[in-house]
Formats: sequence, C-alpha cells, structure tokens
Amino acid sequence: MSALLPNLLHFSRLLGAAGIDVQAVRTLDVARAIQHIDIGNRREFYHALRCLLVHRPQDYPVFDEAFRVFWRPPPGDWTTTDLHAMGEQRRTGDPQFESPAGADPDRAEPSVAPPHEIDQVAPLSYSDREAVRQRDFSELNESELSQAQRMMADFRWDVRMRRTRRWQAGRGPTLDLRRVVQRAASHRGELVDLPRRTRKQRRRPLVLLCDVSGSMERYARMLLHFLYCMSGRLDQVEVFVFATGLTRVTRHLGRRRRQSAVAQVVPRLPRQVPDFAGGTRIGGALRTFNLQWGRRVLGHGAVALVISDGWDRGEPELLGAEMARLQRTTYRLIWLNPLLGSRDYVPQTRGMRAALPFIDDFLPVHNLDSLEVLGRHLSSLPTRKGLARR
Amino acid sequence: MIGVVPASIDDLQRRLRSERYIADRGLATSVFLALKLQRPILLEGEAGVGKTEVAKVLASVLGTNLIRLQCYEGLDISHAVYEWNYPRQLLEIRLMEATGALGNDRGPAANHLFGDEFLIKRPLLQALESDGGPPPVLLIDELDRADEEFEGFLLELLSDFQVTIPETGTIRATQPPVVVLTSNRTRELHDALKRRCLYYWIEYPDYTKELEIITTRVPTAGVELAEQVAAFVQELRRAELYKAAGVSETLDWVTALVALDKRELDAETINQTLGIVLKNQEDIQSVRGERVQEMLNRAKHAGT
Repeated sequence: MSALLPNLLHFSRLLGAAGIDVQAVRTLDVARAIQHIDIGNRREFYHALRCLLVHRPQDYPVFDEAFRVFWRPPPGDWTTTDLHAMGEQRRTGDPQFESPAGADPDRAEPSVAPPHEIDQVAPLSYSDREAVRQRDFSELNESELSQAQRMMADFRWDVRMRRTRRWQAGRGPTLDLRRVVQRAASHRGELVDLPRRTRKQRRRPLVLLCDVSGSMERYARMLLHFLYCMSGRLDQVEVFVFATGLTRVTRHLGRRRRQSAVAQVVPRLPRQVPDFAGGTRIGGALRTFNLQWGRRVLGHGAVALVISDGWDRGEPELLGAEMARLQRTTYRLIWLNPLLGSRDYVPQTRGMRAALPFIDDFLPVHNLDSLEVLGRHLSSLPTRKGLARR
Repeated sequence: MIGVVPASIDDLQRRLRSERYIADRGLATSVFLALKLQRPILLEGEAGVGKTEVAKVLASVLGTNLIRLQCYEGLDISHAVYEWNYPRQLLEIRLMEATGALGNDRGPAANHLFGDEFLIKRPLLQALESDGGPPPVLLIDELDRADEEFEGFLLELLSDFQVTIPETGTIRATQPPVVVLTSNRTRELHDALKRRCLYYWIEYPDYTKELEIITTRVPTAGVELAEQVAAFVQELRRAELYKAAGVSETLDWVTALVALDKRELDAETINQTLGIVLKNQEDIQSVRGERVQEMLNRAKHAGT
C-alpha cells in the first residue's frame, strides 16, 4: 500500500503527459476508491482507475496503453506505441478523416504555392479596391490576393438569430408571473404593473463544408482564408473540407486567434488534409458527414454552407440522397459555387444537377462582392424554415 | 436484504442481474465506486444501450425511489428545481387584502406568500429532500439535450448538493442522492461537469452478452430464435446505417417475433418486421431485400 500512492501519482502524471486531462484531486479519489476494491484483481483495479481518471471515450485507448505499460512492466515488454505521440495527437485533435480509397501516401505536397512573403503592400486607391472586389479570385495576382485577404478580414459576417426555448425578462407575449407576484407582494397586494417575459435569442450554428479537390484549386487559397475568417468571427462554427474523403478542420483553424495567425494557419492546412487537391467524391464525403457528424453538429437550427463547383466523380444518386438528408437535418442549406460568378454558367454537371433540388440558396462565391452578398444573406435568413427558397 | 448498499462489486453485479440487468464488470465497478465515493456517475453511449435502465434498476436494487429529470432544450430552474404556485399566490394576496391581513408591514405578508405551501417542488429539489429513508436515485436523463446554461447550474448543484431559493434560503441535502447522468453525446458536455463525475462509456453488447440479455428479458423466446436474432443484430450494427439498432430495439423485436409464434428467423419475416429494429426510412430501404438475405445467411452461419 505504501508504494501504491506514489505510484498512483506517477501514473496520473503519465496520463497528464499523454494528453489526458487529469486533475490532481482525482488522485485522492483514486486513493479512496482502491480501498473499496480488491487491488489484487487487475480488472477491478483497471476499471476503478479508468472510471475516475478518464472522461472521454476517445481517451480510452491512450489510457489502456498507459495502464498496460505502467502497471505491469515485465522486462522486455515495452510499448510499441509512442505514448507521447499518441498524447500529442489527442491534444491537438488529430484530423478526423476517412482515408480516401486509393490515395497515394507518397503524393507530392499539395500544389498550393506557399504565399510569398510580401514586405509591404501599397495601399490601393478607391478604384483599385473596387477592381479587387469584383475580380474573380482565380484572376488575382499575388499582391492583389493579400490585399483581398485584408479586405476580407474587415468584413462582418453574422448569422441570423434564432429564438431559443429559454425565457428572459423583456417585452414579450407572456406575463412573467414570478415577478408579478414579487411586485404585488411588495406593493401590498396591488398589481401596479405586469412584468412580461420573452424568449432568449441565440445565433444559429454554422457548418461549412468546403470542396478542396483539384478543380477547386484556383479558389482554394481564398476559400481557406474565408473559412478561417468565418471560424474566427462566430462562436459556433464547424469547418470540414473534402475531396475524396472528409476532414474536420475546425480545430486546426482555431478560434478567436489574432489576425497575425492567418499567415501560419492557412498555408499549413493543406498538409493536414490527406486528399487536398485530389479527386472529388462529394456524395461520399457528405455521407460520411451525415453519418458521423450530422447528429453532433447540426443541432439548434444550424445553417449549412457547401462550397463546391459541383464537379463530382462519384454517383449522382448518392449525392442527391445525401443532399436530401442534409437539407432535412439543417435549418437552411446554402450551396456556394465559384463558377456561378460567370454570366454564362449553367449548372450542367451531373453532380450539380443531382444536388440542385435540395439546395435552399444557390449563390456565387468568386469574388469579394459575392462574399459580402453572402454575409448580408446570412444575417437576413427568414425566421422560419423552408420560406423563400431561391 | 433490500435497501443496503452492495457489499462488493460481485454482490452489485449479482443484484443487478437478479433485476434482469446484465452489467459488464467495468460498469459494475464504476457504479459500485460511485455509491461508495458518493459521486455522480456519467454514462455515455449510443442511444439504446441501456443507460437509463441502469438508474431504474439501481433504484430497485437499493430499494429506493427513482426521481427522473428528462432534459430538453430550454430546461430551466422553474421546471427542474422549483416554481412558485403563482395562481394560488395571487389568490392569497386577494384573500389577505379582503381579510385585512396585509397590514402596513410588508415583511410578514411576503414571508407568508413565499412559504412552503406555495412552493412546487420539481425533481432536483425532491431529490435533495429525502424523508429519512435511503437516499433516492436521481436520474438526469439525456443531459446533452439541455443547453449550456443548465449544465452550468447543475455543476453547482452536484458539487454541494444544495439549492438556494432567493425568497426563502438554502436547502441542503441531508444525505446526497445517488446521481446518474446520461448523455447520447450529441454534443460534448463541459469538462468541468465531467470532472465531478465518474465516467463510463457503454458499448453496444457483443453477441454473447446480447444473447444473455435476450434470454433474461424475454425468457419465452426459443433458444434458436434468440441466437439468430442476436447474431442478426450484430450484422445490422456492422452495416453502415444512420441509426444502429439498440438493445431496446432488439428486445422489442424478439418480443414481436415471439408474439408472431416464430421459432426461427426467415428473410420474409425480417422484411416485414424490420421497422421494429430500424427506425430510419433510408436505413430500412437500404437493408430490405437482398441485404437481409445476405445478413441472415451470415448470422445463421455465425450462430452455429
């Protein structure tokens, strides 16, 4: 017993180092708990430690490995798994992706060129700014790109509020009976005024699903920037990118970081996405999303934005079915297509045609002006689902 | 003897079983420790793995009451903890006025109006006020459905087991209730809350365990039918579906099959009764027909 306590401390420190969130107090709990169990019984000991020290199912594997290594170290039986690496991975949130079938692991680095360092950007005149706003993202040169990125950072995006089910004092339709009685009691039973209450408002969650396949490459840099700006500005934003598989990048983008971080985060993103600039299977990616993430991120009347040119190598039937499901489970489904910016574009690809019937709003996303239009659109969404579908 | 805290993990596991709940060793250990350390236990897992059932069975194992709080978005103190009976209060004010009991001094009137008889006790308050018997089991079900505001409030309650009512004062539990929280994990609960709890993730049962559950809960089912259903449900869970079949669905299905006098599974029956196991139109559509036959073949093969 005497050797046990220091060992417990060491063990919880090991867990901490492996990225599991363990509180010091918890070790005391464990010390109390083991008085109630048979320490000689390895399974009991294991479960007692686990239910007290771990509180996330994704931490179970790390814990198992740590437990195996720490509590039975017969000579020669060292772990083959790098615990520290496992912990690191857990802590930074490993990219959660379906590895795309047939993806070449030795594929060269994604071909999005790292942005050149630009020492100084000369401020543009008014007409230059207008030109940058209206030019297609794919036609911007290097200095215009960074100018556009700065301008994008100044945009204000806001998502329309939704009425929650929580009440607060305010001018609303119903009486706040609690305050009515309180006031009446303090005015000797006289109902001097009738306080009312109203529903609390809350911003809708936003889910971004961005196509980063080869055909979207021309737009990739600006769109990644756009994703970054969005996720930094609003509270509840989930960001996913897809080509042949789906990758959640919400954590990579981070939240409320300073503007200076843009330069570091955005160029790094392609390396964290295994199928960046690869082929496209929109239907499959959406299916993965619907199966694994839908129920977790689409609550509370979420708005979903799919950003893609609709070039799809998968089956259109699958895409149609998954779009239908996505539309049913979101408050509003918006599709942003960079090609929609050109006047003579007709959505004729099989993928786009399969998806169209399930889209609430079909909007362009090819230049800064179109992003501003999107911003206005998001903040003026109709209050009820299914109204005014474009 | 009923009503006594189990003496050991074995004892608890045995008593859960006698209440027809098949618990893993890990689950039994966690629940046992939650009882011993007087800490809340948080159970997470997919829908239908029997999280809620743990609390119900635990209440009968301990021979005590089950107090249940079903969570939903917007759940607030007036529905979870207490509320004043406003119509009665307003009536009382008029009465006091009529009888001249209001007087010039405000204090006594207010004291009377916010007395015990006007207080409506909701589940959390009921759980704190046990009547000398064994502490009740408090089930806070599907906490992930409530919003963060409520979670924040719960944090306070679970650390001190006390509630403050502004008009009257603080109510403290004489003996802390046995708290079971469940979550389907549609969203991540706050870490601060999790730290106060023991944690256990309930997996879908494997074939052996599910078979045991079926034979315990639906003893009228034939051995062959039970084995085939257990194997078939395992196959279903392996398929990529929006909503996998939970244990409760399995049990409903077996009961239905028994009612239909089935002694064995066949493709036609499965196709007809698939709606009992799968609750999603797309899932049913994707499984019905050929895939049912394939799964059935594999299931029968695995069973033998």
